[in-house]
Amino acid sequence: MADIAVDIAELANRRRLCVRASLSRRHLIERLFRAGGLTAIVIALGLVATLFGMMASKGAPAFMQATLSLDVTFDPAVITVAPPPARAAGQSEADYRAAMLVWQRQVTLANWSAIVETAVRNAAPPGFEIDRRGALALVETNERHRLRDMFVADPGLLGQTVRVDMLASANTDNWLKGTINRALPDSRQQLSRQTRTLADTLLAEGKIRFAFAWHLFTNTDSRSAPAAAGLAGAFVGSLYMMLIVIALAVPIGVASAIYLEEFAPRHRVTDLIEVNINNLAAVPSIVFGLLGAAVFIRYFGLPMSAPVVGGLVLTLMTLPTIIIATRSALRAVPLSLRQAALAVGASPTQTVFHHVLPVTFPAILTSAIIGVAQALGETAPLLLIGMNAFVASIPATPFDQSSALPAQIYLWQGNENRNFFEARTSAAIMVLLGLMITLNALAIFLRTRLERRV
Amino acid sequence: MTVSIPPDNTGAPHAPVSASAAGPAYGETVRTPDTVPRDVRLRARHVDVFYGDKQALFDVSLDIPEKAVTSLIGPSGCGKTTFLRCVNRMNDTIEDCRVTGEITLDGQNIYDPSLDVVELRSRVGMVFQKPNPFPKSVYENVAYGPRIHGLARSRAELEDIVVASLRRAGLWEEVKDRLREPGTGLSGGQQQRLCIARAIAVSPEVILMDEPCSALDPIATAVIEELIDELRLLYTIIIVTHSMQQAARVSQRTAFFHLGRLVEEGPTEVILRHPQAKKTQDYITGRIG
Repeated sequence: MADIAVDIAELANRRRLCVRASLSRRHLIERLFRAGGLTAIVIALGLVATLFGMMASKGAPAFMQATLSLDVTFDPAVITVAPPPARAAGQSEADYRAAMLVWQRQVTLANWSAIVETAVRNAAPPGFEIDRRGALALVETNERHRLRDMFVADPGLLGQTVRVDMLASANTDNWLKGTINRALPDSRQQLSRQTRTLADTLLAEGKIRFAFAWHLFTNTDSRSAPAAAGLAGAFVGSLYMMLIVIALAVPIGVASAIYLEEFAPRHRVTDLIEVNINNLAAVPSIVFGLLGAAVFIRYFGLPMSAPVVGGLVLTLMTLPTIIIATRSALRAVPLSLRQAALAVGASPTQTVFHHVLPVTFPAILTSAIIGVAQALGETAPLLLIGMNAFVASIPATPFDQSSALPAQIYLWQGNENRNFFEARTSAAIMVLLGLMITLNALAIFLRTRLERRV
Repeated sequence: MTVSIPPDNTGAPHAPVSASAAGPAYGETVRTPDTVPRDVRLRARHVDVFYGDKQALFDVSLDIPEKAVTSLIGPSGCGKTTFLRCVNRMNDTIEDCRVTGEITLDGQNIYDPSLDVVELRSRVGMVFQKPNPFPKSVYENVAYGPRIHGLARSRAELEDIVVASLRRAGLWEEVKDRLREPGTGLSGGQQQRLCIARAIAVSPEVILMDEPCSALDPIATAVIEELIDELRLLYTIIIVTHSMQQAARVSQRTAFFHLGRLVEEGPTEVILRHPQAKKTQDYITGRIG
């Protein structure tokens, strides 16, 4: 008995020494581990912050664009058209519209460039020498069409002088913002010496100012008038695709997840399906693009470059994400809840729809929103179904040709007027990122809100 | 609490086996002579249960008397919960669980393929070990069963059922002002009584209770035990318990399970005071378990 007591005391003593000896080592390992984790987080955050900072600093200037305030005279000597046709008594609607179109064509044929040129000359300091081309180079080319549209809308402008805000051309914008090297010799500048001097003068006089570029959101892409290029077409294309993904991927994904998780018997076939869904989630997105081109465009004959095809391809891509997320959400529901429902005599379907789904709803919603956001940012498959084509109109239906936000970024990134489009690309990226962050924030908001309610 | 011992065994289809001096062989259940209950609606005959290749119950035959509490006792893993879950076919939800033998309710085999398990579960309610109210309001918890079975013809009738069930579960006074609050916000004992109210709201004939007090403190346990004693007048109750004291307090009949076999069954008083099988004696006196 005494021996045992000694042994225990001896053991306790040894334990004390061993623990003490190893303590500093154990604490060191813990400190190192924590420091490592912290470093990783700092590096990750730093990289994200750098990315966002670069985007913001590069893209921000694109939101403010050089704009001229010019006094435009709708000179009857230049716009030599008859007054617009009035609808005669007994004239049919179609006839009237046809007459109106003829008149509008005549308006279009007027020399609007001359009107713009005069307006620029009038704004220039007295006696300033500038040739016609030089004067016109200051103003973006789409603005003459805008003047024409103004006149069509209000023929009473004839003979009047109106102050109009007109976009400066992309080259002017470059020159004034300094995105082109001002020290370059004349031969390497895009604008003539006179035009550049005039631009500087007008800026100093306040006739050119930097105004918020609303047209970035309201205009479609444009190659002839790069300063007026906007995201509206791409945005609507992305919107259509998003709606298609929401309408198809979410119900199909959630339904398959519910079936696989709650009802499907476990055997070889369901195992195979499960493995394949997991594999599908890992398939590179460009492969889905090829599939879309082969199946939807070649086989089903759907139009190229159309949001409907893009939406279908992105649906295929998003399905596995939604199925996997929904299944794990369903799996997290405790068995006791299902048993409680079954024990009062609920059928398996009632158990799922009355009890299991309501508690998983926030998680399913979140996964759906994140899946859709992911689809919205996907680019590679869109390139293979032709959504990187230049489209200068807003698609009226999902079957019309269109671009998409990420494809638009890709297009602008490759634009030859690099000086101007670098900022514009970053601005488009900011819009896309803003959309993503909004969607993710919505997901988080809905999740916390709905979870609190349960 | 008095233990009623039926005077004869005419209802029993099998002869009671009395304990020999050497104790009973496995597979033979010791049944206290002359006490097999008469009012039997639930009968188990030769029930074997397998989980995959592993056999969990061996040849269990047991009669459950009507409007009385039968407790199933035994050490952990002895199969008492498995047996309980056979009665409302909760074992169906376990992937590779297989049940052979026969369990009849009013003479109908509940494992008959023509029997609808949803209907069975509306007749055999269950209360679980851990209180598991739905994450919905107190009212919804109780109203759910009657609603899916269409028991109430009107909103007012449904309300009556809910109130009556909560009263019967002894919970009404505590929750009458918080019917719209979530059931998960109640205390543990209240939650368990809510689960009992939920079970009796569909007017089952049999209520299964799987260690209903094991997650509760002694005071909540006492309340539930009292409640079980009251419910006995209306329902046939089978309760799994780890506590012999609880079996003594609430039940009229007791069945002792060991290693998947029903070792001995009879009036609670007899099983706990004068067990005849050696295994039962060992368990009661604390030598096994």
